[in-house]
Formats: sequence, C-alpha cells, structure tokens
Amino acid sequence: MSQNNLNQDLQHGNVSYGLYFLVWFALLVLTGLSVTVVGIDFGKFTVAIAMIVSCVKSYLVLTVFMHLKSENPVFRIFVGVALFFLVVSFALLFSDYSFM
Amino acid sequence: MSSAEHAVGHHVHRDDEGARLGMWLFLFTELLLFGGMFLIYSIYHYVHQSEFHLAAKQLNTMFGTLNTFILLTSSLTMALSIAAIQKEKKALSVFLQLVTILFAVFFMVNKYFEWSAKIQHGIYPGSEELLMKSNGEILFFGLYYLMTGLHGLHVIIGVLIIGYMTIGTVKGKINSGNFVRLEAAGLYWHLVDIIWIFLFPLFYLIV
Repeated sequence: MSQNNLNQDLQHGNVSYGLYFLVWFALLVLTGLSVTVVGIDFGKFTVAIAMIVSCVKSYLVLTVFMHLKSENPVFRIFVGVALFFLVVSFALLFSDYSFM
Repeated sequence: MSSAEHAVGHHVHRDDEGARLGMWLFLFTELLLFGGMFLIYSIYHYVHQSEFHLAAKQLNTMFGTLNTFILLTSSLTMALSIAAIQKEKKALSVFLQLVTILFAVFFMVNKYFEWSAKIQHGIYPGSEELLMKSNGEILFFGLYYLMTGLHGLHVIIGVLIIGYMTIGTVKGKINSGNFVRLEAAGLYWHLVDIIWIFLFPLFYLIV
C-alpha cells in the first residue's frame, strides 16, 4: 500500500526534497565513520567492515536516489538477479583460489 | 497530469517505465565491466595482502575523502533536480543540474592533482620507480590507475550527458510531463557514485 502511494507520489510530483537530504546526510556520516574506523585495527575484519559500510551506502543510493523503492517490483527482481550473478562470480573465484 | 503531458498524450505513445528498465539493463553491463575489475582487485588483494596495504598507505586519504564528499553531494543535487522538474520548478532544476556538473568538474580537478602528484613521484604504470617495487605493489598501482581512470572517464561522460539534459530542460523538451531522459541520466550518475563508494575504501582506506 505504502509502495503504491510512493509510486503515485512519484508520478504526481509529490516527491519530497527532505528524504534526499536525509539520505545524503546518512551517506556523509557513513563515509566519516569508515574514514575514522581506519585508525582502529580490526585486523582481518578491516576490509569486511569497509565493504559492509559500502553495501549500506549503495543500498541507500539504489533505493532512494535511484527510486528502486517506488519502482515496479520487476526492477528490484532484475537488480537482484544481476547482483546474484556477481556474487556467484566472487564465490566461484574465491572457492577456486582457496583450494589451490 | 500536467498540461504538457495532456497536450502530447493523445498523439505520442510513450513508455517511461520501459525506458527506465532499458537504462537499468545498460547499467547491468556497466556492473559487468566494473565487476570484472573488482574481481581482479579482490583476488590480488587476497594473494598480496601485506603489499596491497603497504601500497595503499602511499595514497592520499584526504584526496579520496574529499572526492567522496563531492560525488555524494553531486548525487544529491542530481536527485533534487529530478524532484524539482516534477514540481514544475524548471529554473531550480536547471540550477541543480549545473551544480551537479560543477561538482563533477571539482572531482576531476582533484583527480588531476592527485594523479599529477603520484606521477611526479615516479609512480605510474611501467615507470622505473614502480617496477623496482614488489609484484603486489605494481599490481595495486596498475589497478589504481585502471579503475580510477575508467571511473574518471565515466565522470566525464556523465558531465556531457547531464549537460545535454540541461540544454533539453532549458529548451523545455524535458519538463514536468516528460522527464524520463533526465531520470536515465540520473540513474547513470548514481551508478558512477556507487562505483566510487566501493573504489574509495578499497584504494584509500585499506591501510
């Protein structure tokens, strides 16, 4: 229901600037966070933490800036399939290297 | 429904959703292009961990962080420009598109100074200085120039596309009833932003 409303909002030009500013602020805070966190040594997890932060930032850009939240669900399925195959590529590559 | 859409609605068949889906399909090919390079980066990082960390220390985090803030803010102004055109605020939309272009230029100026500094220190693909380093460091800097270079090329193309949309908006071809082209340009620009969101920590923060 809320998605339908959002879709209608988009079509009727009722998109709010506020949400975009909020997401932008969150993105800046997350960037600041990842730059600060570099100083702390998490050892093996440093890269993993940085990638998790990047995934959260990308999720915000995809859903709000790129309107995936208010698009037809078929868009989300398409993006999901594309990302799935990227993840499969990484999994295959690393499973290969891990046993060499 | 706006008056503009009403006026053309009877004569022209348009499928905005199909147009946006087409743009997304194009973005998936970009995902393949950059995804392949991220695969190469990840496996060499895995094989040469300490050398990658050593090399990453030589990059200026300040340049990277500043450029991240610039690109994130340009994504905001791009999204706002589409919201503005939907609200029939043409002048505001044009202004926001120009600000987006300005941020993109700032990004490239920064990149120019960053690359110049590295090249002056003798670190560029094939340089004597670089070839004396370990294999891992050579790979790191090779990928650094390749990936940030290709990303920079996307920023330049983005500037041209947004500039074209700005002209269209000024001329009224892009308006509150027909702004799918501006939306497609926005999708492209946000993808360029997302790629940088991953490039930034992988090259500047893995120290």
